[in-house]
Amino acid sequence: MVHLILFLVFGAVCVAGAINLILQTHPIQSALSLIVVMASLAAEYLLLGAEFVAAVQVIVYAGAIMVLFVFVIMLLNAGTEEVTHGSKIAEFIGLPSLLLLGVLMVWAVTHHSTTSVAAGSLYGDPKTIGRLLFNQYLLPFEVTSILILIAIMGAVVLAGRPEMSNIQADTPRKDA
Amino acid sequence: MNFLPYILIALIKIAVMIGVLLTAVAYIVWLERKVVGRIQNRWGPTRVGPFGLLQPAADGIKFIIKEDLTPPHVYKPLFIAAPLIAVVFALSSIALIPFGNNFTLFGYDIPMQITGAGGGDINTGLLIILGLTSMGVYGIALAGWSSNNKYSMLGSLRAGAQMISYEIALGLSLIGVLILAGTFSLRGIVESQGGHFPGYIPHWNIFRGQIVAFFIYLTAAYAETNRIPFDLPEAETELVAGYHTEYSAMKFAMFFMAEYANMVTVACLATLLFLGGWNGPLFGPPLVQALLPLLWFFLKVFAFIFLYIWVRGTMPRFRYDQLMAFGWKFLLPLAIANLIITAFFVAYRA
Amino acid sequence: MVPLSYYLVLSAFLFACGVAGFLLKRNIITIFMSIELMLNGVNLSFVAFAAQWGNLSGQIFVFFVMVVAAAEAAVGLAIIIAVYRTRDTLNVDRVNLLKL
Repeated sequence: MVHLILFLVFGAVCVAGAINLILQTHPIQSALSLIVVMASLAAEYLLLGAEFVAAVQVIVYAGAIMVLFVFVIMLLNAGTEEVTHGSKIAEFIGLPSLLLLGVLMVWAVTHHSTTSVAAGSLYGDPKTIGRLLFNQYLLPFEVTSILILIAIMGAVVLAGRPEMSNIQADTPRKDA
Repeated sequence: MNFLPYILIALIKIAVMIGVLLTAVAYIVWLERKVVGRIQNRWGPTRVGPFGLLQPAADGIKFIIKEDLTPPHVYKPLFIAAPLIAVVFALSSIALIPFGNNFTLFGYDIPMQITGAGGGDINTGLLIILGLTSMGVYGIALAGWSSNNKYSMLGSLRAGAQMISYEIALGLSLIGVLILAGTFSLRGIVESQGGHFPGYIPHWNIFRGQIVAFFIYLTAAYAETNRIPFDLPEAETELVAGYHTEYSAMKFAMFFMAEYANMVTVACLATLLFLGGWNGPLFGPPLVQALLPLLWFFLKVFAFIFLYIWVRGTMPRFRYDQLMAFGWKFLLPLAIANLIITAFFVAYRA
Repeated sequence: MVPLSYYLVLSAFLFACGVAGFLLKRNIITIFMSIELMLNGVNLSFVAFAAQWGNLSGQIFVFFVMVVAAAEAAVGLAIIIAVYRTRDTLNVDRVNLLKL
């Protein structure tokens, strides 16, 4: 019973955050609602017993990735978004089909699954997760590290100053 | 199982902890003004009470009765929310810090820690503290954005970049300790540091090869709490007051409290992870033996706070590019090297 | 006890909100955040299914999704900065140099 109440509370926060993300016109407010969604999702993970996933969700998603988003929004001084012509097509065709898809999914999920999960029925503590990650899933784990490395290099190349890429050793930089 | 005593104990602990923490924050400010004053060859506060001891109370009253200004061009909801976010995350992370062994009172086994009812400890305590401190950045970032002021904006941009950069080095420096202890539970980490080597050198992590990690942690912690020599987000000489330029009265006091509460948390964490927590020599009658661990813990934390103040009185501020280069090109590789060496050492010993 | 379908409905809702945001929003950063919302919705169903089948592999895959999300955020935000530098706008409809 407590489990159900907690699920509903955090689920409601999640839903409110997700709707607010779409309704808000300023990116920083969208980013804040996404942070709320992520934090309450961490609580949902805790209810499912995945405590390490919950901790990593807060540290990596809410604490690092979203800080990066807020940082970029502030850096580029993004204002409220302007509504342009391209969005009309999405509104008239995309939204009804999305609604249809949503109803279909809810119907399929609620009519074909009758199982229920207890709070903390599967306990994902750091030790077990670590053992699994470094034995059974060692290869994917190593591959993701290469992915991260490539992403770092890509980010540095893309966001680096343009004048740093072509070599002009003799001309001093203006902002140095 | 009867829940009522546990809830009552938890409430009492929370009340005591908040009281102790806020008093500590107030008197750390007093201590800082005194010590920095002596370093700069002046007296510091002397007028209010003996040795200026009532100065924190006077400051508190001033903060409360000052007019709470809201400048006209700010984005109001976030302008109000930002200091709240900062202070809430700063104060709540102290709840996970254990201060000593369990003690027994009227037949109940009470841990010296707010979380962990019934004698247990959260077994991902360290991760939750890291998560809470990483959420604290939003307070500073949103303060700068909602103030609609170029100095605030620059200050919070710097704070965001600085905190992301140094969080990585901080996290990596902790992993060496975690490998040695084999647990995320702060209580477990302290218990793994009990006893001493032959020759009465205590079995603390700093003496078990983690001294490099300790200095990385110390440096990164100064950057995380925006203290000199890394106080770029509020550099007075460049940015007026950085992210809290537009704040006054109680809202400013909240940022102030958040900064000092973060200092306390960081000092407690350093004590728990590197300096053996409440471990120390025990002697005397049973009552003294029960209180000595608390004394050792607070002495170690006090030493850290004093070091903070000492550094503030001594060091100049880094330049921004130096700060970034230091974090990414020196601390991060050093932390990774320390991690690899520790891992090899543990694997060799096993 | 919470029925598994509740978790799945929540996850589907989050995913649908992500898709809707992706289609409706014109600001490139908000579009990017909608993608993150979709990934979060998927993560929730991973963890819920892991609890249902009693298999931790579902939780492991959340980590892989997070790694991909982090890499994507780093590269994507770098691209956004590069686009803003050359086009001086964040509206995706104004990045139309190749259109007639």
